[in-house]
Amino acid sequence: MASLKELRNRIASVKATQKITKAMQMVAAAKLRRAQSAAEAARPYAERMETVLGNIATAVAGGPDAPLLLTGTGKDNVHLLLVLTAERGLCGAFNSSIVRLARERAYALMNQGKTVKIFCVGRKGYDPLRRLFEKQIVEFVELRANKGVTFADAQAIAEKISAMFSAGEFDVATQFYSRFQSVISQVPTAQQIVPATFPQAAAAADGAAATYDYEPDETEILADLLPRNLAVQIFKALLENGASEQGSRMSAMDNATRNAGEMIKKQTLTYNRTRQAMITKELIEIISGAEAL
Amino acid sequence: MASFPFELVSPERLVYSGAVTEVVVPGAEGEFGILAGHAPFVSTLKPGVLTIKGDGPTRKLFVRGGFAEANPQGLTILAETAVPLAELPADKLALMIREAAEDVEDARDPVIRQKRAAYLDDLKAAAAAIEADGRAH
Repeated sequence: MASLKELRNRIASVKATQKITKAMQMVAAAKLRRAQSAAEAARPYAERMETVLGNIATAVAGGPDAPLLLTGTGKDNVHLLLVLTAERGLCGAFNSSIVRLARERAYALMNQGKTVKIFCVGRKGYDPLRRLFEKQIVEFVELRANKGVTFADAQAIAEKISAMFSAGEFDVATQFYSRFQSVISQVPTAQQIVPATFPQAAAAADGAAATYDYEPDETEILADLLPRNLAVQIFKALLENGASEQGSRMSAMDNATRNAGEMIKKQTLTYNRTRQAMITKELIEIISGAEAL
Repeated sequence: MASFPFELVSPERLVYSGAVTEVVVPGAEGEFGILAGHAPFVSTLKPGVLTIKGDGPTRKLFVRGGFAEANPQGLTILAETAVPLAELPADKLALMIREAAEDVEDARDPVIRQKRAAYLDDLKAAAAAIEADGRAH
């Protein structure tokens, strides 16, 4: 049986932890609101980009000089996995579910005899993946210094990927991130970014694609837009990730606060029982001592 | 004059959305004006000044990187950077020009060098246009 003092200390420490988790939850809630509105504000750009690119792509696709970023290299031997995770932990299964998805994909590809290269963004993905795929990690970008993700961050990543692609270092690139559905549900998602894919509906619905005038011509516009689109897709994923991270942290910390509350309750009960038992014991000792006289 | 819906979107947010009568766009192959009912048209942008004319006062913004899509239903511009001239810090453009000049120096590949040089020229032209605009006010 733990002594009263030990119990008191334990309760105090759980209370301190609860205060921290409570504060983290509230901070996450505030950050979530900001991350969510950032993700929403970025949506129109990505949507427009997709429609216009879809239009041009259908006009150019199949042509002899369609850019490789659109059509791919025609092979799929080397896969690049772009794993986007957070810089901080304590956010539930957020990081580990993205890593798990990427890891499973990597093993599946390796079983098919493909070469896998990994590009990590965020330490919390880099650390566990480094243990498994030390040699396959080709790049690691840390976003810790930045307050929020900016388009420039996404652009820097996209430029690295474009450079690797034009150097022929991979054939297919897929990004892994967590799509924000709601505070309690974030879906780890894999999205192919090179060669570029467009929702079929966007391309099919706009039958007017062919009637557009292009200045300069389609191929040149496409050559300009495709790298931009890459950056936009990565930016979108980073923002979704940001919102997911905060949402995930919020619910994880909410849980932790509740658990701490329960623990405090239980331990207070034990503490009171022990205290009562001590008093009773002392009383019995006094009484029996008096009777013995 | 007939007005038409116009949207200016940057990756971070929707910068401008509303009815306008005329927009002058710095296109990659020269400036062009868009009026209501323009034929379907897509052009990339060069760094420069975008002018929006509508009911209110004429607005001018510095835009860089992106493209414009016009059709009879309206005009959409996607720009990586879109800042009202008034809010553009004076040294920001100078910094961008300096960086672009360094990029030109660094480029070994003649094709890339030429591209970067063209970009630098566009930037300088934009800076000159902005300065001229400032004097006019």
